[in-house]
Amino acid sequence: MKLIFHIWRQPARNKPGRMVRYEHANLNPDMSMLEALDVLNEDLILKGEEPVVFEHDCREGICGSCGFMINGIAHGPLPKTTVCQLTLRHFRDGEELVLEPWRARAFPVLKDLMVDRSAFDRIIAAGGYISIPAGSAPDGNDILVAKDDSDRAMDAAACIGCGACVAACPNASASLFTAAKISHLGLLPQGQPERDSRALRMVKTMNAESFGQCTNIGECEAVCPKGIRLEVIARMNHDFIGASWRAR
Amino acid sequence: MNLDARIPSGPIDKAWDKAKFEMKLVNPANKRKYEIIVVGSGLAGASAAATLAELGYNVKCFCFQDSPRRAHSIAAQGGINAAKNYQNDGDSIYRLFYDTVKGGDFRAREANVYRLAQISVNIIDQCVAQGVPFAREYGGTLANRSFGGAQVSRTFYARGQTGQQLLLGAYQALERQVDAGRVKMMPRAEMLDLVVVNGRARGIVTRDLVTGAIESHAADAVVLGTGGYGNVYYLSTNAKGSNCTAIWRAYKRGAAFANPCFTQIHPTCIPVSGNYQSKLTLMSESLRNDGRIWVPLAKGDKRAPNEIPEAERDYYLERRYPSFGNLVPRDVASRNAKAVCDEGRGVGEHGLGVYLDFADAIKRLGRAVIEERYGNLFEMYERITDEDPYKVPMRIYPAIHYTMGGLWVDYQLMSTIPGLFVIGEANFSDHGANRLGASALMQGLSDGYFIVPYTIGNYLASERFEKVEPAQAEFLAVQDQVAQRTRRLLNAKGSRTVDSFHRELGKIVWDDCGMSRNAAALTEALGKIRALREEYWRDVKVLGAAEEINQSLEKAGRVADFFELAELMCLDALDRDESCGGHFREEHQTADGEALRDDQRFSYVAAWEYAGPDQPPVLHKEPLMFEYVHPSQRSYK
Repeated sequence: MKLIFHIWRQPARNKPGRMVRYEHANLNPDMSMLEALDVLNEDLILKGEEPVVFEHDCREGICGSCGFMINGIAHGPLPKTTVCQLTLRHFRDGEELVLEPWRARAFPVLKDLMVDRSAFDRIIAAGGYISIPAGSAPDGNDILVAKDDSDRAMDAAACIGCGACVAACPNASASLFTAAKISHLGLLPQGQPERDSRALRMVKTMNAESFGQCTNIGECEAVCPKGIRLEVIARMNHDFIGASWRAR
Repeated sequence: MNLDARIPSGPIDKAWDKAKFEMKLVNPANKRKYEIIVVGSGLAGASAAATLAELGYNVKCFCFQDSPRRAHSIAAQGGINAAKNYQNDGDSIYRLFYDTVKGGDFRAREANVYRLAQISVNIIDQCVAQGVPFAREYGGTLANRSFGGAQVSRTFYARGQTGQQLLLGAYQALERQVDAGRVKMMPRAEMLDLVVVNGRARGIVTRDLVTGAIESHAADAVVLGTGGYGNVYYLSTNAKGSNCTAIWRAYKRGAAFANPCFTQIHPTCIPVSGNYQSKLTLMSESLRNDGRIWVPLAKGDKRAPNEIPEAERDYYLERRYPSFGNLVPRDVASRNAKAVCDEGRGVGEHGLGVYLDFADAIKRLGRAVIEERYGNLFEMYERITDEDPYKVPMRIYPAIHYTMGGLWVDYQLMSTIPGLFVIGEANFSDHGANRLGASALMQGLSDGYFIVPYTIGNYLASERFEKVEPAQAEFLAVQDQVAQRTRRLLNAKGSRTVDSFHRELGKIVWDDCGMSRNAAALTEALGKIRALREEYWRDVKVLGAAEEINQSLEKAGRVADFFELAELMCLDALDRDESCGGHFREEHQTADGEALRDDQRFSYVAAWEYAGPDQPPVLHKEPLMFEYVHPSQRSYK
């Protein structure tokens, strides 16, 4: 199988980048997109050209390391699939694919398809947790959680922090990411004591990290590999407004 | 080399309490005066870093990924064991202890395993309180399932993403401490060596993976939670970045390496489909609870699975092990899969696969129940193979998944280098020769939340520490060696890529030191590995520079260490002239092909000491005593 790649090559953070065309004929439809890049890189190295840098680790769609735009869509055309799990059988033989890094002011490009997503860690550090030092927990079954709440919390907790939501959003908003954590913890009884402060601090940090605002476009939900629903943003806004009111 | 395991005397059920009471404590006001380095941010590393910071220590935590949340613990699917007995089905701490010692084929230390079983209950409490969304019953209580060879339901789970949810819990606890200023998080930094000053671990040397800067970090104690070494096989279920470099460099600085040949082959992975393949995907073995494993009765039967009538199928696990059936432990399930494939009854294009069939379960429970239990796994399978497992049986084959071997540690989780603690998969401690399902998460969190925070305090309070600086000679010397090694890899300017060497190395180790081993093949493998290692240093091709993001260079350093580790694995496998757990020596099997232990000669932990370049390592033996669970031939029939 043959594919024609146009890949963003940028040597370092503050250097200019450009699109470079690579034609590859030795591909197999069962390969993942990342394996196709592996094969391309092996060829490049043997030719003495520097391989394409892209982030990846588990290659099972759960670590959240990988991700780039394929023809303008974060993680490519297959719904609920990260690029490591996206096989080439979903493309036509000879198809042209444009691969670009996540584009957002809060995610500066480090090299080629690799970006800096450390802003996500800083959002979590601003309250995306329940304060419970090791050793101070009551028995697990002392905290009863209704199955529906637990299931909905799990739906939100499934976020892998890949950043596709930010990349897909025309405003480069991190609302889906932030709201997923606020919802996960806010839906559980354990998360109630810090619910207000969590919403206030996480939203404030998200704004300070130069992500844009949410205008309910829904691109984030469409590309999220874990199917996080837009409704978590409504929940975040609800918690934020309530908390702001109570904190006056 | 001193292999004193420091196991507390007296009854096993009081041992940990006794040890905790006897430990020296650090005055709360003094804790902030100590610096602790934690390398790795998986379940073990993140939980240790967070907990040490909660106690008041100054912690620096390192990971090579862009965020601590990416550590490979995140990929664990099935669950975490705990002896809660919430299901009232006869579980107890003693039973979990017993199952783990037996499951490890009597090659683990009893006292460590007992402590693990005790702590298991605290872990669940801790994780629930953190907001880990475990599966629940309608009444709001925690749900359990039976898992991988256990006859009680003691496994807690969060859909098929238990590892992810537990890791995010630990990560969030860690970020809370980052926010409090008590942990300095150092992502995209790879530990490339350990610094030992006056016989004690006092720091590490890292490479900043963005700028390429080689840097020294000093501390009063160093904790390694850097995971296992399954990627020595190239194809494994580990993340691509998982590597042995941290523990290997510690080994070369004097930490004994224990039982390197104890590796676990997981029975339920998606079979290899082509030579471009970069990794293997695990399907949680919880699937074995409802799926039935079979192959055609006749050799070379190429019919589609649905066309093979019931009478012409061989449900070989149910046939050979009527009481455990499809739920036999991992080593037994893997070996049996290999055996039927070796007989020519394997399925799929290359004949390296067996069926895992859900047709009966769907008939019995309905599709909705199966979807609820395994939906995400079925989706993942379909995405990779383009086959719908609701309609066609899955094809599975064993793959390397976990390494029980690792750095030797005593009961306090300290290695043979004072001040170097090793936790989680990186140590050898609790699983013997075979790990039971849902026990890895338990061990990582037990070590990190509940053991090492105590034992480090004991170490710090027992010693006096002279001040060390990254600018002093010992650090500069190590930094220099690290930089030289990096230059050597870049300057080889050979003709082959790092991956091509790694693939070739992996094939040797898989063929000769994988699911079954024999003396002749291991001896031959040693020669092949050495020859390939020499070729590697001469002919590897790494482009780019040291002072930039250079993923080939990162890989090249890791693969160089895998070469050396592979040799030690084969040496250890040769030395252990018995079969036990995941280590199956063809020379030692019962009449019906089961592993045959030799307790007279091999009831010990093999701890290898580095003796210098091109010198044979020295074997030290820690004898294993079994006072509670008496060694018997494991039987799952």
